[in-house]
Amino acid sequence: MKPAPFTYHAARSVEQAVALLGALAPEGGRILAGGQSLVPIMAFRLAQPSHLIDINRIPGLDRMAVDGDRLSVGATVRHAAFRASAVPGPLGGLLATVAAHIGHGPIRARGTLCGSLVHADPASEWCLVFATLGGEMVAHGPRGVRTIAAAGWFRGIMTTALAEDEMLVEARLPLLVGGARFGFCEQSRRAGDFAMAMALVTYRVVDGRIIEPRVGIGGAEAVPRRVTAAEAVLDGHVPDPAAFARASDVAAASIEPMEDPQIPVTLRRDLVRASTRRALLGSLQ
Amino acid sequence: MKLTLDINGATYRIEVEARHTLADAIRQECGLTGTHVGCEHGICGACTVIVGGEAVRSCLMFAVQAEGQPIRTVEGLAPPGGFHPLQTAFMAHHGLQCGFCTPGFLMLAASVLERDPHASDAALRDSLSANLCRCTGYQGIIDAVLAAARAMRSKGG
Amino acid sequence: MMGWAGRPILRLEDPALVRGQGHFTADLPARFRVRFVRSVVAAGRIVRIMPPDGATVFTIADLAGVKPIRPMLHKFGYIPIEQPVLADGIVRYVGDPVAVVVADSDAAAEDIADQVEVEIIAAAPVTNARDAAAPGAPLVRAEVPGNIVVEAAIETAGHRLAISRTHRVVACSVRSNRQNASPLEPRAAHAAFDPASWRVTLTATTQTPHMMRTVIADLLGIREADLRVIAPDVGGGFGQKMSLAPEFVVLVWLARHLRTSVAWTEDRRENLMASFHARDMDLSVTGAFDAGAKLIALTGEVLANVGAYAPYPNTAAVEPLMSLAELPGPYDVAEYACRVRGAVTNTCSSAPYRGVARPALTLAMERLMDKAAREFGIEPWDIRRRNLVTRFPYVSASGLTYDPGTYLETMERALSMADAPSFRARQAVARAAGRYLGIGLSTFCERTGYGSPAFAARGMDVTPGWETVRIAMDPSGAVEARIGASPHGQGLETALAQIIADELGVTPEAIRVIHGDTDDTPYGWGTFASRSLVIAGGASLLAARKVRRKLLAIAATMLEADAADIMLDDGAARIVGTDRTIPIATLARASYHQAHRFEVEPGLAESATYDPAGTFSNACHLAIVEVDVETCAVSIERFIVAEDAGRLINPMIVDGQIRGGVAQGIANALLEEVVYTDAGDPLSTSFADFLLPTVREIPRIEIAHLQTSATPSITAAKGLGEGGAIGAPAAVMNAINDALAPFGAEIDEMPATPARIHAALREAG
Repeated sequence: MKPAPFTYHAARSVEQAVALLGALAPEGGRILAGGQSLVPIMAFRLAQPSHLIDINRIPGLDRMAVDGDRLSVGATVRHAAFRASAVPGPLGGLLATVAAHIGHGPIRARGTLCGSLVHADPASEWCLVFATLGGEMVAHGPRGVRTIAAAGWFRGIMTTALAEDEMLVEARLPLLVGGARFGFCEQSRRAGDFAMAMALVTYRVVDGRIIEPRVGIGGAEAVPRRVTAAEAVLDGHVPDPAAFARASDVAAASIEPMEDPQIPVTLRRDLVRASTRRALLGSLQ
Repeated sequence: MKLTLDINGATYRIEVEARHTLADAIRQECGLTGTHVGCEHGICGACTVIVGGEAVRSCLMFAVQAEGQPIRTVEGLAPPGGFHPLQTAFMAHHGLQCGFCTPGFLMLAASVLERDPHASDAALRDSLSANLCRCTGYQGIIDAVLAAARAMRSKGG
Repeated sequence: MMGWAGRPILRLEDPALVRGQGHFTADLPARFRVRFVRSVVAAGRIVRIMPPDGATVFTIADLAGVKPIRPMLHKFGYIPIEQPVLADGIVRYVGDPVAVVVADSDAAAEDIADQVEVEIIAAAPVTNARDAAAPGAPLVRAEVPGNIVVEAAIETAGHRLAISRTHRVVACSVRSNRQNASPLEPRAAHAAFDPASWRVTLTATTQTPHMMRTVIADLLGIREADLRVIAPDVGGGFGQKMSLAPEFVVLVWLARHLRTSVAWTEDRRENLMASFHARDMDLSVTGAFDAGAKLIALTGEVLANVGAYAPYPNTAAVEPLMSLAELPGPYDVAEYACRVRGAVTNTCSSAPYRGVARPALTLAMERLMDKAAREFGIEPWDIRRRNLVTRFPYVSASGLTYDPGTYLETMERALSMADAPSFRARQAVARAAGRYLGIGLSTFCERTGYGSPAFAARGMDVTPGWETVRIAMDPSGAVEARIGASPHGQGLETALAQIIADELGVTPEAIRVIHGDTDDTPYGWGTFASRSLVIAGGASLLAARKVRRKLLAIAATMLEADAADIMLDDGAARIVGTDRTIPIATLARASYHQAHRFEVEPGLAESATYDPAGTFSNACHLAIVEVDVETCAVSIERFIVAEDAGRLINPMIVDGQIRGGVAQGIANALLEEVVYTDAGDPLSTSFADFLLPTVREIPRIEIAHLQTSATPSITAAKGLGEGGAIGAPAAVMNAINDALAPFGAEIDEMPATPARIHAALREAG
């Protein structure tokens, strides 16, 4: 389990990284960020990039800051950066809650949010966050800079809108407005494992009723997504267990679960139902 | 490629391929075989070392990436001839049997306690889920880390 | 002062290990690194093996003259099956070693291995035992008719009649899915040729260095004297490192052929698909009970998937034969009939793993008892009270003699720790609130520390059993004990030092236990089968007594007293009741340098061998679990072990062995499973697929000890290395079933994954 040989490039700037990637992507060059997903698949030789362009030494790429009404997350911001109160407001609480479910401490110390978005594992927590909250990805490539909305980012299992010669330089999330509530629930076999199913919900309560509900489901289909039918159940309703149960049933029914001998479709549906309901109940705390 | 690694305060000038992991470089080129390799895909944590103050899987970093950052391994945990409080506690609480996973657990726990000496018992226990032990059933490891945390706090560490 | 044995002293092994100063096989540098090319198909005929130009690659054609591995037993219709050390024209499972690459680095060797083209005409594989045993199944090996490599049966004279007369018959079928012992250190070997002596030193991850030397020398056709085998620090074994790895033979051949040093460390993927597996078993048991819920007759049918080859030394029969002898377990049953079979398939070979078949046997018996209890409308503990063996010695229906134990008493202790009656009330309250708690018992006995007669009953060519220990006190008074056992994490050095220290009047720190080097230790069998503390411990006691007698004789001369009046304690010989003493170190010096003064032989080196009949330890495990019926997740609220391993030499080490075994047993019940596709492709080839438990899946394990001292073991210690792994799965499974009882759902297949629990709930409607 030693990786196949590659040529290593330590980029010193985004421009240099993008130029290297533009030149090397056609022959199998890839960006190396945290490496917590890429290096294992290289160890199994399931990935054999001929060149790795290491962006870890690029100054400023670890920037995480609130810019107006959104949070900007640079390409080398680690999962561990989302510790409690690192980001103000309800979004900070949401991100800290979600980050605690990603792997384990040493993985979170190296792995990056942007790397997770590019890897696009169906069970990735960050991918679910972006699918649920929206946001945008800033990609730099030989054809310049483009911004890709989260809604158009996920194309399939481990497939995104990012071209192979483009680098994800920054990801941006909309801040949650004050008073926004959130809930997150993940089902996995062991502590730190990939999700068999997970749900992320946000909403606000005005005059005792739910407005702007978002219900995101991850780990169950090829890509994480909002389940608008479940949101419709919640919209305008009192946030109570009965409404939550109905919305969870709708979420479970709306999902077309991935086939997996270890997790039959019917079980996955039940896990989606349980995750959704528990995420919603968690939002009350 | 030629690299310089700073491990436990000593300088190692080595020459390795880019694909050489930090774990392999520490063990093979630097001769520090206290760090063990158990799975090479980032699950077991036997290869955990501290790079730039953070516990990391050294099988998931390439050696070249660690250049310029201080690296700590089990060999540097205690002063020569002495024991780190974690090492003492692992012996006192039967936190090891075959000893293969032990260096990884020690470095994991050391980094957690260094970052947050007042980490709650629950948080400490939780952090230990990062690594696998096949011998102990974990009880001795938990007891050892909690005891070491208390000992280090009472020393004002 | 009180003796050293019985105290939880800290382990002598630990200071080096916690400092990272252990010596593990993979730490050794070598001139060349080795990588094996492995089959990617489960069954087929090799047409051609084409290495890339300029690469150093060897196949079986190059190793002509190396004999195939062929362990034998002469009973039970066993059909010997051969395993060439590299595939000889035929591949039989995914992972079968086909060729070996030698290169300057592991990475370079892997590059070359990836480029070796192996052309194979694939055949239809048989991947599970039920298919293999079905009439008309394709033959995995031409020489094994019906794919059944071993078949044995037992039937007591009155079995049929007893069944026809009983009140109630309860049947139970269970399945244990395939496991991998998964020591955290993968297998590794380093073979170094010494041109001066023409010898090879093999340093390897083994539990059985002497046996490895014998078999490797046999297969290579060399003298044992030309091979030295070293087991350095070994990072866990659990049985997986007891059997011969064919790769070891190739490594020694390479070192001799290339006249240099070569090293191989398997990667985790290789370990998971091509080391050894275990516990792939289907069991059906039927209990015939009288009106008082007393078991009158037991019928068993066991089918084990033994995989593609027969591991040395145990052969492919170890799980079936263990089943035949030990199915009745701790229960008193007069009439017994059982048929056991082992089926060869196109999967990785099955070999001993901590507990050997008994986790599955215990699951079958414990599920049977719980099902029967439900049919009789009594509690699980009530049916056990009526059926556990309580009179000793007890001769089982399969002919084993159980020495005294506490089968009932350990259960009662576990029940009182759990406050079982009040649990039922709590369970009812929780159920009303939609939470499903369950309680599960697992009572078992475990044959440990058995010597050569027990192994001989299996009819094996290789009959392990005894152990020899050589103890020498040097002229400075320091003690070295050389043992043939080969500990790899159990703390045996410490425990033996405690036993020896009590005899010689020195501290355990003064005793160095030397093991794992065929040049430096007496021939012995190694460490497996919960045997080392009993057998090497007994031999240590006997050898230490011999040294003690000499010390006393010398002291008698030097103190001008009767040896019977002298005690050895605290580093000195003392005339009892006086303050006249002489340092033991002075006696030691005199025994070598003033030998003419004494009537005993010069020096203080003595040897002893111990070959006991064996002793049964016993335990009751009790689990309280909660099943989340929405997500089908299981959490363990409490896990209790009440056990009896006789006299505890080091209680700290004992508890560690129990906890580690229970953790493996819990994983067996909930998480770990080696999965093959119907095409024979292994799906469990990473630690992301084969799920070892983390700290968060293992509860705090509560332990109580009973200590039966009436045992044939001369140290009064019984073995206990495997018990945790044997008992825990059934306790967890019974608890899950108890939790699911309101739904009428039952689950008799482990691991009880969310998918299986989900299926059981759906089936029950």
